[in-house]
Amino acid sequence: MPSELARQVLDGSPRALARVITWVENDDPRAVECLEILYPHMGRAHILGLTGSPGAGKSSLTDQLTHHFRNAGKTVGIVAVDPSSPFTGGALLGDRIRMSRHAGDPGVFIRSMATRGFLGGLAQTTDNVVKAMDAAGKDVVIVETVGVGQDEIDIMRIADTICLILAPGYGDIIQSMKAGVMEIADIYVINKSDHAGADQLYTEVNSRILQDSQIRKRDREPPPVVKTVATEKRGIDDLMAAIESCRCQLKESGALLEKRRERIRQQTFQMIQFALFQLLEKELAQNGRLDRLVDAIIEKKENPYQAMREIVDEFIKVPAG
Amino acid sequence: MAKKKLKIIVAKPGLDGHDRGAKLLCRIFAEAGMEVVYTGLRQTPEMIVEAALQEDADVVGLSSLSGVHNYFFPRVVSLLKEKDMADVLVVGGGIIPDEDVSSLKAAGVAEIFGPGTRTDEIVQYIEGNVAG
Ligand SMILES: Nc1nc2c(ncn2[C@@H]2O[C@H](COP(=O)(O)OP(=O)(O)O)[C@@H](O)[C@H]2O)c(=O)[nH]1
Ligand SMILES: [Mg+2]
Repeated sequence: MPSELARQVLDGSPRALARVITWVENDDPRAVECLEILYPHMGRAHILGLTGSPGAGKSSLTDQLTHHFRNAGKTVGIVAVDPSSPFTGGALLGDRIRMSRHAGDPGVFIRSMATRGFLGGLAQTTDNVVKAMDAAGKDVVIVETVGVGQDEIDIMRIADTICLILAPGYGDIIQSMKAGVMEIADIYVINKSDHAGADQLYTEVNSRILQDSQIRKRDREPPPVVKTVATEKRGIDDLMAAIESCRCQLKESGALLEKRRERIRQQTFQMIQFALFQLLEKELAQNGRLDRLVDAIIEKKENPYQAMREIVDEFIKVPAG
Repeated sequence: MAKKKLKIIVAKPGLDGHDRGAKLLCRIFAEAGMEVVYTGLRQTPEMIVEAALQEDADVVGLSSLSGVHNYFFPRVVSLLKEKDMADVLVVGGGIIPDEDVSSLKAAGVAEIFGPGTRTDEIVQYIEGNVAG
């Protein structure tokens, strides 16, 4: 029973939380029933996004940050997203390896997630997983994801604070700048600062940020650049301080509310869009209508533009005035 | 509704530091279309079961090379029962003497795969025996 399970989530049952997340991942209609009940309890967690090339040290940093949050008495939820193989649909999810020490801690809930190719979109699905953790009472939810492609950038938009994890020798940094990843970061992290090339990377990133601030006016301070060595706990205090200060700035300036408002606006619209899409798809697939339409379009008996207009007119009545 | 994906935890209990075999199995399961969570070396039964719970896993695959299977495998099974997760399929592999197999099965380990087992057989077994 979805309502019973939702209540168990609110009571702090990790098993119930795990099952709700599975339903979210599977597009199971019961997920929505649960999320509806959980909704009043969402919006309390600080959502932190960690993105960057594979191997840059996201999981190791997640582990370190979790340790710090736990010491500060905060509970932590972790969503670690890794790619599904487009060929087999399978996925290797190895992020837990770096977070082993939290395995016995009831204040930490770790969920690995494959990208699959979710109907409603990866960002939307991830967002619902994060929200379930939020409603379950986690003070901080950390989302770890590889920063390539539009899908991944969309995921990061669900975070309040976004850390871009860079490391010397990992991926072409200029490339990620192009992909728009650089622009969304609130904090830049140069991890693996024990490696050669870290200083140069630090300089490159700083000059890029300086350039950016000259090209376009931002309404906030330029993002900080923090050096870390995740495997030796170096720089983690600095990173925590940067995260906290970012969070305070967001809250005090009112930007957090604005960010969340914009997100809710987009998500609500996306959900409506997706629900409509599913309804229409089902309708049109019935009796092979879509196939016949496609045939007619190919034979030039109909044109796709007119077909689109007719179908929209048929199914969606917008009241006049 | 999307088709459910098989989720499997691959764990390496015990203190030895060799996980080439476990990692190879991870790749084989992923190739077979499963979502594979690898938990790393030196896992206690408690850690393995906690991971299975949080990941809502369908299957737990245990690999042991260091002779700890007689304690570890049944312990995982009984912890799963305790957590109301008896429907999770537990399978084992690695270096396990023939004479231990029947007692492990009696303890609730569904199947044991020796070093020579063909990997497609393992995959088939899992796909055929996982709880619906
Ligand atoms: N030398 C060094 N190695 C690191 C550092 N951070 C992570 N690593 C190692 O880099 C590898 C990848 O780290 P991981 O956290 O899994 O990266 P992810 O793929 O971004 O999640 C692991 O072997 C880590 O132990 C660091 O600051 N210095
Ligand atoms: Mg990782």
